[in-house]
Parts: sequence; structure tokens; C-alpha cells
Amino acid sequence: MFLQQLINGVALGSTYALIALGYTMVYGIITLINFAHGEIFMVGAFVGLLMVGYFKLNLFLAMAIAMIFCMVMGVVIEYIAYRPLRKSSRLSALISAIGVSIFLSSLAMMVFGANAKGFPSEAFPSHQIHIGNADISTLQLLIIGVSALLMLALEFIVQKTKIGKAMRATSEDYNTAALMGINVNFVISFTFALGSALAAAGGVLVGVLFNSVSFNMGLMAGLKAFAAAVLGGIGSIPGAMLGGLLLGVAEVFGVAIGYSSYRDAIAFAILVLVLLFRPTGLLGQKIQKKV
Amino acid sequence: MFQNMLNSIDPYSMQILVNIGIGIILALGLNIITGLTGQLSLGHAAFMSVGAFAGALLTIKTGVPFYINILLSGLITAVVAAAIGWPILRLTGDYLAICTLGFAEIVKVVFLNLEITNKALGLTVPTPDTSLPMPLIVLIVVCLTIIASAFIQNSRFGRALKAIRDDEIAAESMGINIARYKVQSFAVSAFMAGTGGCLYAHFLGYINPSDFGFLKSIDMLSMVVLGGLGSIPGTIFGASILSAAPEFLRFMSQYRMLVYGALLVFMMVFRPNGLMGGIDFTSFVLRKLGVKPRGVSRSKEVQ
Repeated sequence: MFLQQLINGVALGSTYALIALGYTMVYGIITLINFAHGEIFMVGAFVGLLMVGYFKLNLFLAMAIAMIFCMVMGVVIEYIAYRPLRKSSRLSALISAIGVSIFLSSLAMMVFGANAKGFPSEAFPSHQIHIGNADISTLQLLIIGVSALLMLALEFIVQKTKIGKAMRATSEDYNTAALMGINVNFVISFTFALGSALAAAGGVLVGVLFNSVSFNMGLMAGLKAFAAAVLGGIGSIPGAMLGGLLLGVAEVFGVAIGYSSYRDAIAFAILVLVLLFRPTGLLGQKIQKKV
Repeated sequence: MFQNMLNSIDPYSMQILVNIGIGIILALGLNIITGLTGQLSLGHAAFMSVGAFAGALLTIKTGVPFYINILLSGLITAVVAAAIGWPILRLTGDYLAICTLGFAEIVKVVFLNLEITNKALGLTVPTPDTSLPMPLIVLIVVCLTIIASAFIQNSRFGRALKAIRDDEIAAESMGINIARYKVQSFAVSAFMAGTGGCLYAHFLGYINPSDFGFLKSIDMLSMVVLGGLGSIPGTIFGASILSAAPEFLRFMSQYRMLVYGALLVFMMVFRPNGLMGGIDFTSFVLRKLGVKPRGVSRSKEVQ
């Protein structure tokens, strides 16, 4: 029972973590809460569904196409809605992000309709594996595996490549990085592309896991992923992974012990409690303000 | 006389006008914590819902006179806000924002599960028995809120809040008790949100916890930022536009929210400080009337 719920929680949590990474990377670089990120996740799920359901593609290929599509979309959104606002107050950029979010979700409702759609069952023929007394579906293992792989790839890009070094420098100090000859505009676009690709992968995985894709799935998933990013310490990449897993596991256990009607509040209750004791999240650095 | 005036407006326009009025009350409330004190709140709809449910339950269970009910539901909301604000206002910036968002979700889910708020079915609120018609009461509360906001902005209290917004450390070293002022401004802000919620509940006649979700908070925040953060005329303007926009965009029915989202983006891109941000309304009016603003002559003397 415990193992079963743990696996359920980790599978759910790793999708939260995938979305949270996009929030945390964008925040780390331009301190913007990108509220449109949840909608990118939703669009990713729809593109994946379209590829599997309409073009009869393999699930992995569909996921790759969704990731590329959302990469482009993330860069375009940044270019249109956030770049002109980079010098103005952060709240204006926030409202702009909310505008993008409303736009995308109503666009999805118009294009795909208001009803939730499911993935065809042959998309991923999943079967149960028995480990001890736990029933684990191969789908959950797939989700955990794909998420882990993507996160390792991200860690590699951020830590070992030149562009990753530029990303870290830009998030450390935007102006100094620009003075050192880093093309900050390109770095920011790249960050949006990376984050959006991860969100799209998360979208396809969640779509398959719950077998439901709808135009308003981005809102709650986005908010919870944002909570996960803050829980881990916003701006910190390992923090987002840890936060996502923690929230996923906590939510599944909360539902398992009978608080299913409070499901959406569990994540936020944990968030508020943790912030009261560690005001900058679990792995966030304490920023000493100087006069 | 009022009755005649009100009757000459058709019910549909009247509903839009009342929605604008309630929008102004809510936006002015949020303006105090976000515009004046500089603390981003992403969960103000929660205070609106506390006010709405408090007001509705007071009417249903006790039947206190409506005017006292408005005050009481505002007070209850202020007390709740102070209790929530005391621990979380130590957080800064976006950590505070996400905390308010979290609280709003928790409040929504709790109301969805409580017996007294009728769970997910929501409450039907009886029309209050008042001598004045409802739209007029809303108008009076709007005027009172505007006057109160103007007084707060120019008072010692308001100056302290602005000092906190501009630089917390400098404000603290000038002897301003940051924690106390933040909680107080949070409570004042919630008081207005609570009265707005109470009016909303009684005007609409039906409330449901799901109506006060994240999108409602975002609506309120958009009003304040769109009009111009910290500016009372700007907030009124922003609230009027955004409350009326969904109605005026109704002719394109299904494209409505699409256009609304795009409008938000473009308004921000072209007027990043809000439609009326950066315009000092008082001196603008004075200059139009031919009166020299005091600040101008003084700075000349210095030179």
C-alpha cells in the first residue's frame, strides 16, 4: 500500500517538477512569474494528443513534436509579450503574462472545444507489474523514467555547456553578464525554449496518465507547479525538482488517507507552512538586502 | 426622485453599472496593499469571498439590518486578514504573493467543504429589505471608499505605507514599524474587499465558492495595474473599463475572452505603467483650472 502510493506520488510529482522547472528557470533569469507557463503545458498536451490521435504517431515522436512546437511558442510569447516590458515594472509583465494565459486557454477552447479529450488507449499499451503487494503500471514507470531523463539532460545543459554557463551568469547578474559579452536576449529566449519544452513533455505525460486533456488543465497544474517551484526555493533548479516530487507525494498521500475533497488545498497548505519556517523555500538562498 | 432616476436606466445597463461600482470598491481595496504598500497579493478574491459569505450568512441567520451587515462583513474580513497577515507578511516579494495565492485556494476549498456555506451548491441570498434601492447603496459605498482611499493616501498612515513601498530598509531606519503597518494596510484592504463581497452577494442573490477563484483575484489585480498602480483615478478608470469590457465585447461572443487576453497584453506593452500611471491627477486638474500647483512655485524659490 505504502509503496503503491509512493510510486503514484512520484509519478504525479515528477510531472509537477517538469513544469516547475520552467517557472524557476525563467524566474531565475528575469524575475518574472510566467503565468502563461501552465497554458504552454496545456498546449503541449493538445499537440501530443493531435499527433497520437490524428496522425497516428508513436507516443515518443508525438512528445518530441509537442516539445518542439512549444519551444517555438515559448520564444514567440517572450518576444511579443515580455521583451517590450523588460525595463518596466515587474507587475506590468505579470499582467501581460496573465493576458497571454487567458488568450491561450480561450484559443484552445475555441479550437478543441470545451470537453475533455482522452488519449486513444493504443497510445501506450500499459500493463501492471506486481512488486510485493503493489500494482505498478508501466505507464507510471515510463513517466518517472522520461522525467528523470529530461531532468538529467537539463542538468547537463545548465552545468556543462557554454550556453548553460551563460544562463547561470545571466541569472547571477543580468547587467554584468551583458557587459561580459553574453547575448542576454538569446539566453532569455533559450531559457524560455527549454522551459516550454519541459512543460510540453509534462503535458503529454499528464495527458496520458489521467487520460484527459482539456483547455483549462493548465490553470491548476500551473499554480501547483508554481507552488512547487517556490517550495523548493524559486530560482533553484534542484529545488524545483524536490518541490515537485514533495508536492506530488504529499497530494497522493493526502488523498489516500481520505482528504480527497481537499486535494487542491494540500499543496498550498504545505507551501504556506514551509514558507513560514523557511521564508525562501527549502533550497533557496537567503538574499541579504543591502542598503 | 432617486427612484425616478434609477427607473430611467434600463436593468441591463444598471447591472453593468453596479458591477463597475463593486469592481471599483474591490480594486481600491487591492490598491491599498499592492499600489500603496507595494505588497503583491494574488489572493484578494479570498477576502471578497469571506465578506460575501459573512454577509450572506448574517442576512440568512440573524437578519441584521443591511447597513450594519455591510460594516460587519467588512470587519469580519479585516479580522481574518489580520490573522492571516500576521504570520505571512514577514515574507517578501514573490514569496508573499504565492502565499496569498495559496491562502486563497485554501479558503476556496474550505468553503467548498463546509456545511454552513452549503458546500459546492453555494448560497442563495435573499434580497435585503432596505429603504434605499440596492444600486444607490452601492453608489454610496463607492463614494465612501473613494473618499477613504484619498484620505488614507494623504495621511500619515498612507505616507508610511508609501515609504515601505519605496524602500523597506530606509523606512525601517526612519522608525516606521514595518510589520505593524503592513498588517494594518492588509486589514484595511481586506475591509474594502469584504464590503465589496457583501454587496456582490446581495446584489447577485447567489454566491458559490468557485466564483472566487484565482481568476477573480487576477481580475482585481488587472484593474489596479491597468489603471495605474497607486493612483486612485487610475484604479477607478481601470476597474470601470475591465468590469464593463466583457459586456461590451459580448457582440463577438465566443471570441470575447480571446480579445480580452490580447487586450491585456497590448495595453501593457504600450502603456507599461498603466493607462493613467505617472499622471498626477490633482495637479493636472489644477493646471487646467489655471491654478499653479504648489510644488512648482516652491521649487523655483529654491533655485
